[in-house]
Amino acid sequence: MHRSPIIVLWFWEIPTAIAFNRVMSVEIESTRRGVLTGVSRALPIVLGYVPIGLAYGVLAQKAGLSALNTLLMSLIVYAGSAQLIAVGLFAGGASPLSIILTTFVVNLRHLLFSAAVAPFLQHWRKIDLAGFAYELTDETFAVHSAQFASEGVPGRAEVFATNVTAQVSWVFGTALGILVGQVIADVKPLGLDYALPAMFIALLVLQIKERVQIVIALLAGMVSVGLLLAGLDQWNVIVATVIVATLGVALEQWNKK
Amino acid sequence: MEQEIVFLTLLGMLAVTYVPRVLPVLVLSSRRLPAVVVAWLRHVPVAVLAALLFPALFVQEGRIDLGLDNLFLWAAVPAFLVAWRRRSFFTTVIVGIVVVAVARLVLGGG
Repeated sequence: MHRSPIIVLWFWEIPTAIAFNRVMSVEIESTRRGVLTGVSRALPIVLGYVPIGLAYGVLAQKAGLSALNTLLMSLIVYAGSAQLIAVGLFAGGASPLSIILTTFVVNLRHLLFSAAVAPFLQHWRKIDLAGFAYELTDETFAVHSAQFASEGVPGRAEVFATNVTAQVSWVFGTALGILVGQVIADVKPLGLDYALPAMFIALLVLQIKERVQIVIALLAGMVSVGLLLAGLDQWNVIVATVIVATLGVALEQWNKK
Repeated sequence: MEQEIVFLTLLGMLAVTYVPRVLPVLVLSSRRLPAVVVAWLRHVPVAVLAALLFPALFVQEGRIDLGLDNLFLWAAVPAFLVAWRRRSFFTTVIVGIVVVAVARLVLGGG
């Protein structure tokens, strides 16, 4: 018997369609599970981001930033410590150029994070890498790099779920801070003006793993204070960082010889 | 404050923040950063954080202040201890803020 090609095609298509549907539903199911896992990985980050985002929102209001600009900074810059530093500089009347350059130096560390995860993500499309890098912070890097190295790279859905959850919590904290900032008259009785120094202390102590880093910290701190007192009040952080990081490399090279 | 200037500053901050984040994942998938650059960048976080922290603790109103009334300096002691022992970012920030708030409440002013 001779069947027409269309019927053959039709017969062929039924199992294919069934198989295709099964693959699709398995894929959707695994994507859904990936998203849930990704969100749950971000929960420890959320616990930190909401209160710090709130402090940022309040301080930005007190520094004279509009609610829109305060929120925009969390959406487009999205870098916790740099945002708080920038708010401090805005409040002190620093020039846009010095604010941008300070942000650059403070956020240069992301180069290292990005370079560290790059080998794991070689198989990703450029557009996904661009989206991933947009939400690469100290905290999301810590979560991803630990996972990539131990369990391998999970699906994109899971990775992006972690990143998006983290940024949503940061923006949410910022919005809360804007509301709180409009209610309270003065941040001093709440100690909120200490959020920034306390954050520096926490980040600094968590960074220090070797003795040489204590020397670097003391040197950078003293150079920064010295430059500030000498009248370099907008540039002391950048100049001190560049001088002491360079000195650190020179010392290490000299020690090796 | 001029909000348009703030907005333009934000765009500048976006550029200088995003480029270091995206460049290595886009171009370094097979190559690596030169060793001396990695060594230099490794020192940047500690140096920049200390360069930000020390003036906030030691300098008040344009001069070095080691007096007992420099609340920011003395509140750093419990904050450092908590950061060192607990290794927790969140706890450290909360302890610092609470110590400053309580000290102001007890001592008055601040």
